[in-house]
Parts: sequence; C-alpha cells; structure tokens
Amino acid sequence: MKNFWLTAQTDILESLRAKWFLAYTFIFGGLVALLFVFGLTESRVMGFTGLSRLMVTYIQLAMAILPVFVLVTTVRSVAGDREAGIYEYLLSLPIGLAPWYWGKIGGRFLVVFLPVFLAMVAAIVWGASRGAEIPWILFVYYTGLLMALAWCFLGLAMLLSTLTRSADVAQASAFVLWLTLLLFLDLILLGVMIRGQLPPETAVAIALVNPLQVFRTAAMLLLDQHLVMLGPSAYVILDAFGQAGYIAYALLYPILLGTLSAWAGFTLFKRSDLP
Amino acid sequence: MIHLEQLVKRFRRQTVLQGIDLEIERGHRVALIGSNGAGKTTLIRCLLGEYQYQGRVLIGGLDPRQQREQVLARIGFVPQLPPPLRMPVGQLLTFAAGVCQADPARMIEVAGHLGLDVARFRRHPFVKLSGGQKQKLLISIALGREADLLILDEPAANLDPQARRIFFDLLAQRQERAAMLISSHRLDEVAALVNRVIELDQGQVVLDDRVADLVDLSSRLDCHLTLTRADEAFARAIAPWGFTSPDQGLTWRGQVPGADRLRFLGMVSRYAALIGRLSLDEEAHGKPEDPLV
Repeated sequence: MKNFWLTAQTDILESLRAKWFLAYTFIFGGLVALLFVFGLTESRVMGFTGLSRLMVTYIQLAMAILPVFVLVTTVRSVAGDREAGIYEYLLSLPIGLAPWYWGKIGGRFLVVFLPVFLAMVAAIVWGASRGAEIPWILFVYYTGLLMALAWCFLGLAMLLSTLTRSADVAQASAFVLWLTLLLFLDLILLGVMIRGQLPPETAVAIALVNPLQVFRTAAMLLLDQHLVMLGPSAYVILDAFGQAGYIAYALLYPILLGTLSAWAGFTLFKRSDLP
Repeated sequence: MIHLEQLVKRFRRQTVLQGIDLEIERGHRVALIGSNGAGKTTLIRCLLGEYQYQGRVLIGGLDPRQQREQVLARIGFVPQLPPPLRMPVGQLLTFAAGVCQADPARMIEVAGHLGLDVARFRRHPFVKLSGGQKQKLLISIALGREADLLILDEPAANLDPQARRIFFDLLAQRQERAAMLISSHRLDEVAALVNRVIELDQGQVVLDDRVADLVDLSSRLDCHLTLTRADEAFARAIAPWGFTSPDQGLTWRGQVPGADRLRFLGMVSRYAALIGRLSLDEEAHGKPEDPLV
C-alpha cells in the first residue's frame, strides 16, 4: 500500500507541474467564472434558474471537454514516459506492477476530477454567499456523474496507453476513440441509420453503450424528465429503466466500463515488455 | 547469484538473445561488452524483469518477473542514459528510498562523496542537471542501499576523475559481497574494474574469460610528469585529474586511481610528444580511507 501511495503522490506532483494541468484547471475555473459573468445564474430555461441553471450548463460543457482532456493527456504522459525511457529506470526499482499501475491511475484520477469538482464547489460557495438556493440533489448527482465520467475515460486511456508503444500513436488513438464516441452522439447520424433499416433497438443500444451519450442523457434527465429533447428513443430508455434506474445505470455503467478497461490495461501491462 | 539458462528474447521476428547460458557468482565483476545491437541492454532488461523472455532467469534463486520486488530489492541499477525525469531531485530520492526501504540520508551521503551537493539541487528538476550530476545521483541511489548485485551500464562515462576515484572506492567496498555487471561498448573503459569479461555478439556469448584480478579498485598511483615545455592544452586536460604544477606547467604531480590508469594513460598519450618523463608508483601509497566512514 505504501508503494501505491508513493506512486500516486509522484504522479500527482508530476501532473501539478505539467502545463496541461494548468490549462485544464484554468479552463474549468474559467468556465464557472464565465457562466457567472454572462449571468447564467439569472436566466431561466425550462424552469431552471439560479445555481441549478448554471450547473446544468456547466455539466454540458464539462461533458464536451473532460473526456478528450483526460484521454489525450493520460495516454500522452503514460506512453510518453515509456518511450522516453522513464519506465526502464523507475521500474528497475523494487516496486510491484500493481501498486505502480493502480497508483498512477489513483493519482491521475484525483488530478482530473478535483479541478472539475472544485470549480463546481466554488460556484456553490459563491452562490450561497449571494443568498442563492443551493440545489443539493443536483450537486450530488452531478458530482457522481463527473466522477463516473472521469474514471471511465481514465480507464479507457490507460488501456490505450498499454496497447500502443509510442506517444504519437497513443495520442492519435485517443483522439480517434473520442471522435468515434462523438460521432455516435449525433442524433442525425442515428436517424440516418434508422432510415437505413437499422432497428431502433440497435440505435438505442448504441446510445446506451456510448459513455458520452449515457452521460448526456443522464445530465438531461434532471431538467427534462420525459426526455422530450431525445425524441422517440426516450420511450425505449424510460420504459426499460425508469428514471431512477437510468440514473443508477448512468452512474454505474461508466464506472464499470472504466474499471474493466483499466483492468484489461493492467493485464496487458503485466504480460508485456515494460519499457 | 545469476543463473541464465537458454535465455531467448525475440522482438517480433528478430531474435535479439539467442539462447544464452551464464552463471555469475558473488565476487564476480563482469564486463559485459559488445557492439551496438549485440544484446547487452536486452540482457540487462531481462535481468531486471522488464522483458518477457523464453528460457530461465534466476537471481538468487528467484524469478525477476514473478518475484520482482524481492529480486529488485537486491539490485542497484545505473542506466546508460539517465531518464528524462521532470521530478525534482528531492522527490526522486524520496520515491527511490521509499520503494527501496532505504535511508535517503545514505543516498545523499554517497552523492556528497561523489561531489554532488543534494541540498543545493533538491528543488531542481532531475532532467535539468548536467550529465555528470545525473550520473552521480543515479549512482548514489544504486549504491546508497543494500544491493548485492550491481548492474551498471556505462556508469562512469560522465564522471570527472575525482568522482570516478570515489566511485571506484565505493565499488571496492562491495567487491567481495556483491556481483557486478558493468556494460560498456569498450573494454578499455572498464578493464581495470573487472575480473571477468563476457562479450556478446548478435545475441550470443562469443567470449567468456576470467581476467587477472591484479588491480586493487581502491589503490592510488603517485604520478610524476615532466614535460619538455609547458603547454596550455595539456594543463587544461590534466587539471580535472587534480594534478598541480609547482613551476608554471613544466612538471606535474598528482594521484591516479589504480582502476583508472588506462584511461589516464590514454589522456596522456594525446600529448606524447610533450612528455619528457613519466612515473607511476603504486607501492608508495597505501589504501585510502573508506569514503563512507
């Protein structure tokens, strides 16, 4: 356990020194600041106003930025370290592969999750100081969703970085994965597929498998309880899961996907040449 | 201590190690030589449990792949190319000492003997240190703990003569209780350090010889040099060896580590036309003090 914490601590300190982390923190901190500046706490959309409105917008923006940031920075740093010969030296020290790998994931998770979470906390604190009503249920739910999303893409990134041997290939693969998931977010594409004889159940299954879509639907669910914005596929989803069931699915599925991906990455890492 | 049996390593279709059998005992100081691509680094990475391989590798009876923590706790490793670590020197020492369950103070002490003031560089990123400073720190981490197998890849290439002398003294302290595997492209770089030479060529052992173990790693040679005329370039070349001249560069006096005599003579040979007289006297000097006492 000591080696797990040592590796996690080393990865955290390494990330805190990296330029990508500064940019990442600045973007999420900046987003909240901009949402306040542009008065999103005052506007009203579909019955949401105040901090709830701000958080709904924030979560939509986080969904667009967080996955690609986690994917690209993680694969680049892990595959880059191996390519640069850092693994040759650090893994010549008496540290088990499990504490090394999981320690890296643990450290990285804190680093990618905390700025997003703290930006949301800052919004809550600022809103509370101005007398706004705190949407606690929304806050807890979105915190869970952000954790699940960060973990999911971290697991996928660790799998990609063990599959690829160079930083450039790893980064390109991460980008292709993100674009693929983004492509299947597109309702127009799904509509075209359905018109091309694709069974609607398949389209819904694609939406349920794609963690980006799962996250998007889950974020939508609280502000649009009947998923009117999602169109007819909402009936399938709500009939199959119910609202509470889908919320649970949206929290558990990305965590499961991330954990399985990370585990597959670890199995490959253990069995492959390390440097 | 090291037992290799039919060790084969393939990278896709290329076979880099072709069935190596070796036995290395405690007290063996092995020069692992061979040209680029001979398989030296691959062999070292197999010993460190970093590569998958076919055949059998045992270190102290343990498999470095299956029991890596127990095996690596016994190995002090210095790579040929220092890793481009961005972490500060202090953090690297904390991490290394933590996973090795060693006392970082001992590593800092070894670094101090090698001429690296860790306190001064504690917050400096490792990657920003000079080549020699990086090498000194990595040697400190390898020697500042209880390792009975030292795997050193061109360990003294970036060290100044003074640091090389201390480094040889540190190796001398361990020569009876440890095995050493010193990799180099050139035998003359490491000849004085070793008592066995293994040459690899295209993944096979083509030479495995015991060599005369006459050089005391910790010995010193008193050296007197007389030039036919003073020369500025020679003065610059000999200054790092700690030589002094009482008469503006005509005669020079100093000490040469016994294990470094070949390297010293190599340096002097570049100025052969200037040399009027040269003497190296080993008997005049006793053993130096333990640098860590």
